[in-house]
Amino acid sequence: MAEDKPGVLNRVSSLLRRRNFNIESIAVGQTEQPNLSRMTIIVEGDDAKVEQVRKQLDKVVDVVKIVDITNDDKVARELALIKVKATASTRSAIIQIVDVFRANIVDVSPDSLMVEVTGDEEKISSLLELLRGFGIRDIARTGRIALTRGGAGPLQVEETKALKQPPKALPPEAESPPDW
Amino acid sequence: MKKTGAQILCESLIKEGVEVIFGFPGGVVLPLYDTLPQYPKIRHILVRHEQGAAHAADGYARATGKAGVCLATSGPGATNLVTGIANAYLDSSPMVAITGQVARPFIGKDAFQEIDITGITLPITKHNYLVLDAKELAKVVKESFYIAQNGRPGPVLIDIPRDVFQQEADFVYPDKVHLPGFKPTLFGHSAQIKKAAETINAAERPVIIAGRGVIVSKAFAELKELAEKAQIPVITTLLGVGCFPETHVLSFGWLGMHGMAYANQAVYNSDVLVAIGMRFDDRATGVVSSFAPQARVVHIDIDPAEIGKNVRVDVPIVGDVKNVLEALNQQITPREHLDWFNQVDKWRDEHPALLIRESESLLPQYVVRQIYEVTQGDAIIVTGVGQNQMWAAQFFFYDKPNSLISSGGLGTMGFELPGAIGAKVGRPDETVWCIAGDGGFQMTMQELATMVQENLAVKIAIINNGFLGMVRQWQQLFYGRRYVHTPLSGPDFIKIAEAYGIPALRVTDKKLVVSAIEKAMAHDGPFLIDFVVEPEENVFPIVPPGAALVEAMEMPAPERVTRPSK
Repeated sequence: MAEDKPGVLNRVSSLLRRRNFNIESIAVGQTEQPNLSRMTIIVEGDDAKVEQVRKQLDKVVDVVKIVDITNDDKVARELALIKVKATASTRSAIIQIVDVFRANIVDVSPDSLMVEVTGDEEKISSLLELLRGFGIRDIARTGRIALTRGGAGPLQVEETKALKQPPKALPPEAESPPDW
Repeated sequence: MKKTGAQILCESLIKEGVEVIFGFPGGVVLPLYDTLPQYPKIRHILVRHEQGAAHAADGYARATGKAGVCLATSGPGATNLVTGIANAYLDSSPMVAITGQVARPFIGKDAFQEIDITGITLPITKHNYLVLDAKELAKVVKESFYIAQNGRPGPVLIDIPRDVFQQEADFVYPDKVHLPGFKPTLFGHSAQIKKAAETINAAERPVIIAGRGVIVSKAFAELKELAEKAQIPVITTLLGVGCFPETHVLSFGWLGMHGMAYANQAVYNSDVLVAIGMRFDDRATGVVSSFAPQARVVHIDIDPAEIGKNVRVDVPIVGDVKNVLEALNQQITPREHLDWFNQVDKWRDEHPALLIRESESLLPQYVVRQIYEVTQGDAIIVTGVGQNQMWAAQFFFYDKPNSLISSGGLGTMGFELPGAIGAKVGRPDETVWCIAGDGGFQMTMQELATMVQENLAVKIAIINNGFLGMVRQWQQLFYGRRYVHTPLSGPDFIKIAEAYGIPALRVTDKKLVVSAIEKAMAHDGPFLIDFVVEPEENVFPIVPPGAALVEAMEMPAPERVTRPSK
């Protein structure tokens, strides 16, 4: 969760690049809170590496909260738009496949169809595999987005915790004169 | 009442307690410079190159603990700050850098002296701002100082377009910041502190490694209490030098590539390592796999990202060092580690590190030693990077808290002189010695003019060996003695100093070292000494690249220098 300000995506992606973490996918969108946006980032690496990514991202001032949901029970989705070559003879076959995948035809033209599909990575890849035989003209695919199942969002959890713990101390006075 | 952006900036700086700005004017910051005379509380020190402004702000920050402020115009002014900002970033020095930007309608048009400085400094600042409305300015300044000085300190940059300096807005300085994404953890987790105390109480061969975090947190007394209570040898990092009195019986020097061999031995053989306010830099650890193979590691640091980054940690504690040590000390049982202590002491006898070999010629180590003797350790030493830095750190004994200011993480040649200027401005009552190499000195020596204009009584010792010495040493040891582009013909430093109106002496004879240093100390104002030293003297010990700490090369045929004790 990050503050919805210009340049935040750049701060995050630049940090990942600088620390030599490879971004597999990144998706950004608004949240239920007007000043916050949610970034869903997929990076590959062992636990230590992912832990380091999390801690480094946490240091970005505009990043409010970061949660590693790799091992959580979650719903993860991608969206793909696929433009497939379609003739009078292949059109119905394509539509049948699209139906099986619970995908939608969102545009029809004399020589092509546009398919919209959401799902996990595997589902989209399988559909692509099946459509490849008809001739794929163009693909646009989003990064993955995900939410954990049940319970509260990451920020609500934090707020409850914050309430339970009385404030222990004030930050050190910036103005205090140095004693050396 | 409405004020201009420039006025709002000045008012805000005063609210933050800023007394001095190191800066250099230029086109887009003219509205700000035009406003400065209205605020005589803010002292502006004119540098000769913006890099000097950033280093001076950094030196000021390290000497005082308060954020240093530097100011430059857009384009080249801003890019010239970059090295200084990076230097502050890597050594966790609080800094607020202010740059001018082209007027808002010109942004993105490659206008004259336009550069994307927020983009450039993204990876070397804790945070940065491009202020597009004067209404935002007060809040941005407040946040910048808060971010720079809290948590792990570091630089923050504020980029302000020319027309924002001129734009009018209401001035209301916020009382507090609202930064949901910046909440440093100040107090260690009590369960972790308990675990750390148990680990330390059970230790047989404990070692403390104390870093700059102790200095930043001003935890000098707390560190001493821990060491004395649990009788643990204290080893520092290079940047931690000055966090624990070096003539204390528990002080065992500093570790790392040029650290004392006995310190490296102690770390290697320890069973519990208490790392305090340090980040296991590669220059400190050598090859990580053979760093401290048997040790359980307790790591205390305010930056959670440093924990477990380079070295496996058994007991992590995130928090401000002073707070954590206060809590930890209460749970430490007093005890002694006589066998371990004797063992480390034996290593110190077998691997003496602070050696000045016998020689008729003028040795750099001897020069540093005499500066220590004459000042009696009551001075702030400022260095850049290289052989001169290592000798300055090795042969001066730092008892005074926070008395060594040196470019560590970035290893910046040219930090020494402007860094010393900043330190002297921040602590005018202290004796400040700039120990420079002839290479590093030539990188920023134009700042001599700044010293003269502001009458800053910095004493400069040039360790002049006619080489880029550390690189030459590597060429000698690891590149078949092929001295490619390291021999350095310098100017006549005496004439240089005199041209700036600074009295100077050249010393080539060992016998004249002390009197020259005394003369520099007695002079009321800046003074330069050009010590023409043995050209091919090496820094020992040295851990060869890719080797373990315990594989240090030591100086052949040594003469033992005994450490003074109280």
